[in-house]
Amino acid sequence: MADPNLTEGTVLTLALAYLAVASALLSALVALATDRYPVVFKITSFVLLGAAGISAVAAGVMNLLSGKIHTAQLGLGLPWLAWHLRLDPLSGFFMAVTGIVVLAVAFYGPAYVRQYQHGPQPLSVLGFFTGLFVAGMLLVLMADDAFLFLVAWELMSLSSYFLVTYQHQYASNRRAGYLYLLMAEISALLILLAFGVLAQFSHSFAFHAMRHAQVPPFWATTAFVLAFLGFGLKAGLIPFHAWLPEAHPVAPSHISALMSGLMLKIAVYGLIRFSYGLLAHIRWEWGLVLLLMGTASALWGVLYALMQHDLKRLLAYHSVENIGIIFMGLGLSMIFIGTGHPVLGVLGLIAALYHTLNHALFKSLLFLGSGAILMRTHEGDLEHMGGLIRRMPQTAFLFLIGCLSISALPPFNGFVSEWLTFQSALQVSVLSNAVLRAIIPVTAALLALTGALAATCFVKVYGVAFLGRARTRRIRHAREVHWSMRLAMGTLALLCLLFGVLPTVTIRVLGSVTKLLLHRGLPSASVHGWLWLTPVSAGVASYSAPLVVFGLLLALGIGYVLLHPRMSSGAIRRVSAWDCGFGALSTRMQYTATAFSMPIRRIFNPVWLVDESTTVHMDPREPLRVASVEYQLHIGDRFWPMLYEPVSRWVLSAARYVSRIQTGRVRTYLAYSFVTLLVLLWLIR
Amino acid sequence: MAHPLIAWALALLQTLLFIASAPLLAGWIKCVRCVLQNRASPSVLQPYRDLGKLFRKKVVLAEEASWLFRSTPYIVLGTMILAAAVIPLVTVRLPTDAIADVIVLVGFLALGRFFLALAGLDIGTSFGGMGSSREMMVASLAEPAMLMAVFTLSMTASSTNLSTAMHYLLQSGLVLRPAFVFTAAGLMMVAIAETGRLPVDNPATHLELTMIHEGMILEYSGRHLALMEWASEIKLMIYAVLIADIFLPWGIATRFTAWALVMGVVAIGAKLALLVVLLAVIESGLAKMRLFRVPEFLNLAFLLCLLGLLSHIILEVGI
Repeated sequence: MADPNLTEGTVLTLALAYLAVASALLSALVALATDRYPVVFKITSFVLLGAAGISAVAAGVMNLLSGKIHTAQLGLGLPWLAWHLRLDPLSGFFMAVTGIVVLAVAFYGPAYVRQYQHGPQPLSVLGFFTGLFVAGMLLVLMADDAFLFLVAWELMSLSSYFLVTYQHQYASNRRAGYLYLLMAEISALLILLAFGVLAQFSHSFAFHAMRHAQVPPFWATTAFVLAFLGFGLKAGLIPFHAWLPEAHPVAPSHISALMSGLMLKIAVYGLIRFSYGLLAHIRWEWGLVLLLMGTASALWGVLYALMQHDLKRLLAYHSVENIGIIFMGLGLSMIFIGTGHPVLGVLGLIAALYHTLNHALFKSLLFLGSGAILMRTHEGDLEHMGGLIRRMPQTAFLFLIGCLSISALPPFNGFVSEWLTFQSALQVSVLSNAVLRAIIPVTAALLALTGALAATCFVKVYGVAFLGRARTRRIRHAREVHWSMRLAMGTLALLCLLFGVLPTVTIRVLGSVTKLLLHRGLPSASVHGWLWLTPVSAGVASYSAPLVVFGLLLALGIGYVLLHPRMSSGAIRRVSAWDCGFGALSTRMQYTATAFSMPIRRIFNPVWLVDESTTVHMDPREPLRVASVEYQLHIGDRFWPMLYEPVSRWVLSAARYVSRIQTGRVRTYLAYSFVTLLVLLWLIR
Repeated sequence: MAHPLIAWALALLQTLLFIASAPLLAGWIKCVRCVLQNRASPSVLQPYRDLGKLFRKKVVLAEEASWLFRSTPYIVLGTMILAAAVIPLVTVRLPTDAIADVIVLVGFLALGRFFLALAGLDIGTSFGGMGSSREMMVASLAEPAMLMAVFTLSMTASSTNLSTAMHYLLQSGLVLRPAFVFTAAGLMMVAIAETGRLPVDNPATHLELTMIHEGMILEYSGRHLALMEWASEIKLMIYAVLIADIFLPWGIATRFTAWALVMGVVAIGAKLALLVVLLAVIESGLAKMRLFRVPEFLNLAFLLCLLGLLSHIILEVGI
């Protein structure tokens, strides 16, 4: 709780953060002003968005490195509550993550939005709400009172609603947008209530008052549950995930990257800020809830992703999975903190934060890659793709890095954070509660299952979309995308590799976040130098990603030198593939995405609502000859009939019941208003 | 502790020994199986001759093959060599042991498998896709069981580092751990599934609808095929050494003296020879399973590993 010390660093960091928000807002306004001039729009609006990204990265990184807390008050807001702003390492970290992705999107955008130029909707709408959306996310990170937090939160949610429904000529998009808005508002309501519980004890909406409030355990748990539900809903945790695979895919792809890569992280930020920052005493029971829900999310998310063959929908389900992994890390951290092992709590928190960063990077990369495919081929369905590695070689290479990262394979970044989560889970022997000691390793094994299934899923994605032979004409004639789009994806791919190879440096920087929240870092992780990552101690576990990369390159290099330049075998002869002597292979003989995931579908069958039917049509002239076979498969989400449909039915019938008091006469409504006013006056007397 | 340079040199030598002796192990399995089935066996050195022949042959590549297909053999072999480098074979406490712990080791195997499965899909034939799909199914069920076994080990030794864990096991002497009995059974089943042995996959089959691993590498030839074959032999050896290391760690060198190192070589040789006889007996006695019986097999493996973990928590960490 440092007082605002107006040094140069403070001024500069805050100025950069203001600049980021201002550029995002300006980008929105410029988009409106340049409605008639798409070329000007594309240059100015995205340049300003890029400026917002750069200044956000700069502000965030400066803050992380200095580890200081900067606060300020703005003369805006309610009469008795000025806007409190605060930049501390936690918000700095999330701001840096936001900045990186926004910057990549700013590079990617100008070439990508060209396809919407002659569409039914004006580009300015897209630009306007993108700017507002980014500004909203940045403001959430800077908010230091509940009022500003919720205003910024709503700005973020509402502007993204307009982005989801950007192409509102399709009924499915409108439906997805409505569902998204509904869930976002429920989430905001729950968060409002959570803040309300805390405000009851702090007598103020400012966060610094809430930090010092004495909250009885019961009310602290109530506030936590409300916040967990609210932020979990926004993060897409199972079973509140239904909006996510509907809303994220229908937005333009660079917006999907912002939503899946960033907005879900803002919800994670909210939960960390609320539970670690505002609630003083973390209880292990909260951690257990988080761990179990996270595990369920991770597993269900990946199982549902496996069954999708729409690329963007599949990626959206993977967001559910990865949010689950982040929550597992948070849950482990809370369990260890609550049982009095703060050092291990730090490890879990760092694993969660690291995975947050990683997911932002590789998920944005994958969404941008899917946008590149969509732009060139107008195909979102995996079953129609194939062989894109030959048509779009560089996009294919960058997408492969994204696939390797999300599948948690060494030496890429996804592996490091999952490894840290495993390491955190394996320290259970310090716990005295035998039930926890038994549950945690099992959740870790389920995390392993999740990782393996994710790898299966991305073998499917990459193999069906990029390898093999083109299944449709549009795929066969696809071209490589504009260099600026490849640059955006390349930056993200490079960062995926860098954060995978240099975990020690990253963890040392993340230490300033944990120092803020838990008053200690993780010095043991990097005590053996940048080469060796030793989260607990060198004897317990060690991983040296740089040496792994070095070893791999060495092995590849030696193999290449020894074997490749015709040591013995000479030039390669190209022939057509082996067709078993039945004549030429056709593209329809390739394994499809549905076929690829069929074994998994059979093994985990009860998880989905599988509606599968095969109809055999016989030839009318020759009754024994099969004319055609029709196969239909529909995979439904079990949570719709289990949770959403009963709730919606209940709401509908309740609404019908309430509608009886609707008479349509003005004087009745005036009477209602009067009575309500009286009741309220009596209540808050 | 010896001079670091000597230690690194020893690590390099051990890795070379590992990858050089992998075909010998494969040859030995073939011999034992032939003896068990009353057939005349080829020489133990036959796999070396096969590899040599393949390395000399020309590569025939399908027209559709992309760069991914051509680089996969190198990547797969590279990951296997890397995995071999971090497993203690003859001696513990080598500097390479610290590069990666057991979880990273599982990650290396997964990395190799990822590329292998992609290569199966690259040409666009049905066999390749079928192999990839099945391989990933088997792997995604085997991996959690494997990690569960690893967790039991690492919770016993409070370390995921293989070398440290072995050191702990050696020092604690001959203790009967119920957890390890279950885990050993589970891990062996995982090893059978992951290395594509009977009854999960048949390494000797070709052009049969039941094949898994062979389906993926069907389009490879020449030196590419040699690299793939060698990689799968190393993989078999990795699992065998892993089982020997975890459950029978005795005999491995703990000091860098010539006598200890020689003893280490002899010990691991004897352990592997015995393990392989066990594997050959299992393979000769069982028929290939239907593909959708494999999940049940792996579920059993998972259950055994889970039992191992729970019995460790209940019996050994205690009260």
